[in-house]
Amino acid sequence: MFNMILRRLILFVPMWIAVSVLSFVIVHATPGDPAAGFVGQDTGAEGLAIARARLGLDRPYIEQLGVWVAGSMTGDLGNSFFLGRSVADAIIERLPVTFSLGLLALLVAIVVGVPLGIIAALSPNSWKDASTIGLSLTFLSVPEFVVGMLLIYLLGVEWRLFPIGRYEPLSDGLLPWLHHLALPAVALGLSQSALLARMTRASLLQVLEADFIRTARAKGLPERVVVGKHAFRNAIITIITIIGLSMALLLSGAFITETLFQLPGIGSLGVQAVLRRDYPVIQGLLLVASSFVLIVNLLVDVVYRLLNPMVDND
Amino acid sequence: MVLAAGAEQAVKRRRFPRLNLLLLTGGLLFAAMLIALFGLPLVVPLDPEALDYAMILTGPSAEHWLGTDALGRDLLARIVYGGHNSLMIGASVMAVTAVAGTVIGLLAGTIRKLDGLLMRSMDVLMAFPALLLALAILAAFGNTALNVVLALSLVYIPRTARIVRGEALVLREQTYVEAAEAIGVSRPRVLFVHILPGILPALMVQETFLFAYAILGEAGLSFVGLGLQPPEPSWGNILGEARSSFQQASWLIVYPGLALGLTVLSLNLLGDGLGQAIDPKRRQR
Repeated sequence: MFNMILRRLILFVPMWIAVSVLSFVIVHATPGDPAAGFVGQDTGAEGLAIARARLGLDRPYIEQLGVWVAGSMTGDLGNSFFLGRSVADAIIERLPVTFSLGLLALLVAIVVGVPLGIIAALSPNSWKDASTIGLSLTFLSVPEFVVGMLLIYLLGVEWRLFPIGRYEPLSDGLLPWLHHLALPAVALGLSQSALLARMTRASLLQVLEADFIRTARAKGLPERVVVGKHAFRNAIITIITIIGLSMALLLSGAFITETLFQLPGIGSLGVQAVLRRDYPVIQGLLLVASSFVLIVNLLVDVVYRLLNPMVDND
Repeated sequence: MVLAAGAEQAVKRRRFPRLNLLLLTGGLLFAAMLIALFGLPLVVPLDPEALDYAMILTGPSAEHWLGTDALGRDLLARIVYGGHNSLMIGASVMAVTAVAGTVIGLLAGTIRKLDGLLMRSMDVLMAFPALLLALAILAAFGNTALNVVLALSLVYIPRTARIVRGEALVLREQTYVEAAEAIGVSRPRVLFVHILPGILPALMVQETFLFAYAILGEAGLSFVGLGLQPPEPSWGNILGEARSSFQQASWLIVYPGLALGLTVLSLNLLGDGLGQAIDPKRRQR
């Protein structure tokens, strides 16, 4: 067990460096001059040269890459072209918003998805099964921004039940925080719930076919105990894995949801940065987001093996 | 007699296998979408870029069946031609990922020396949230339709490569492959004649889902303003442009949302149905 965790940690380091290098390469592969976006079009060659020197773009490519990778290890992600501050500060400031949204969306996904999956698995190939599969396929097929726009239109504009386009931090109270985040969290969470429902159904069905379930039923245990205690406990291993992996998808969805609901999180920061060609921010976000995904994957892997000793640890 | 009747029934069942409802519904729905999107321009005159200033933001009417947008353009025309663009981009992404993902997956699955390097590279690509990676590529290279296809392909290639590799690893150990190798069949021939056909079913299922993801991906990019650029319509940018006016015009969300949702739903149903057809055990699962 300890060896496995150690090996995963050792593998994490080159992966992280590769991710860091790739973040740099993608942004610097731009055919134009990043400095041109910084100074504007009407600046002469001289102004451009000054800007290039200030941004460190006049140094050799490899040197720039080295400075970036070394800096990123200490949390120095450079400075934004437009925000007048460091990329790390801009990201840290907006992190609570995205974290709040992601957490609530995950909650929505679990509360909707896991029961749907259980209902479907308990009566396979019935109308209950077909309708829950149909429902989850629908959630999977309608993108979060369409769901979000419908929610804004119905609950925000027509019935005026929810405020639109503002964010209240948790420090101002739990209820205002929930009230402002409810619609975006539902929009983002529903499509995730579909994935969770499908995986819950599949893993529970697989467990229900196992011999120990037949034994439990044969010795006369009530179905409630067979499913709740014996089957679900085993199925939950897969479900936890899926929840972990869906964090990366939630992060992707946050870019669109935050833009639609005008929430000041790192998703809308990223979209703004891309629209303005604020390259340092794009580069910093690529690194931060992928590091988050790598860390979550690592944790999921370790938890999965802890919960499931049958998995070969070598 | 009873036995014979039972046997007869069993034969009948075998001859008429249980209807694959998912495949059927998905196929019919997808065909209906295709007929609507490509048939409509043949029967009614549709111009997605014609401006009708007298009819700005009006609901469905005899003149504009699905209403008009904030510039007075016909919504039906924009959805139909936007659909052509969205489907084209989705299909192109599917084609590029199918070819590139299969090549990478086959190489990784059959040549041990390449396996580690190729799959770790795929892992690195998959560490980036899909949409952010595509956005960053578009920011660097500019948002043209071609770049949208390339950016989405790069995002989805690792997913195909992983599946192809997994299949190749299983097939490589099959007796018939070992037999072919033993009688001295050349390596490329083993790869293309003996392993590749075995991978196709799983690949088909994967690419059907990928078609759906790619349509959703393009819609997401265009929605935030970084995919296909207006006035050229796509389902994503129709919805993106509606952001400033949908609060007074619900049809601007409902109809493009319906077109997008139904198309993606049909592909998801097709993918599930194909999966069942290929592996009937999944019917119970």
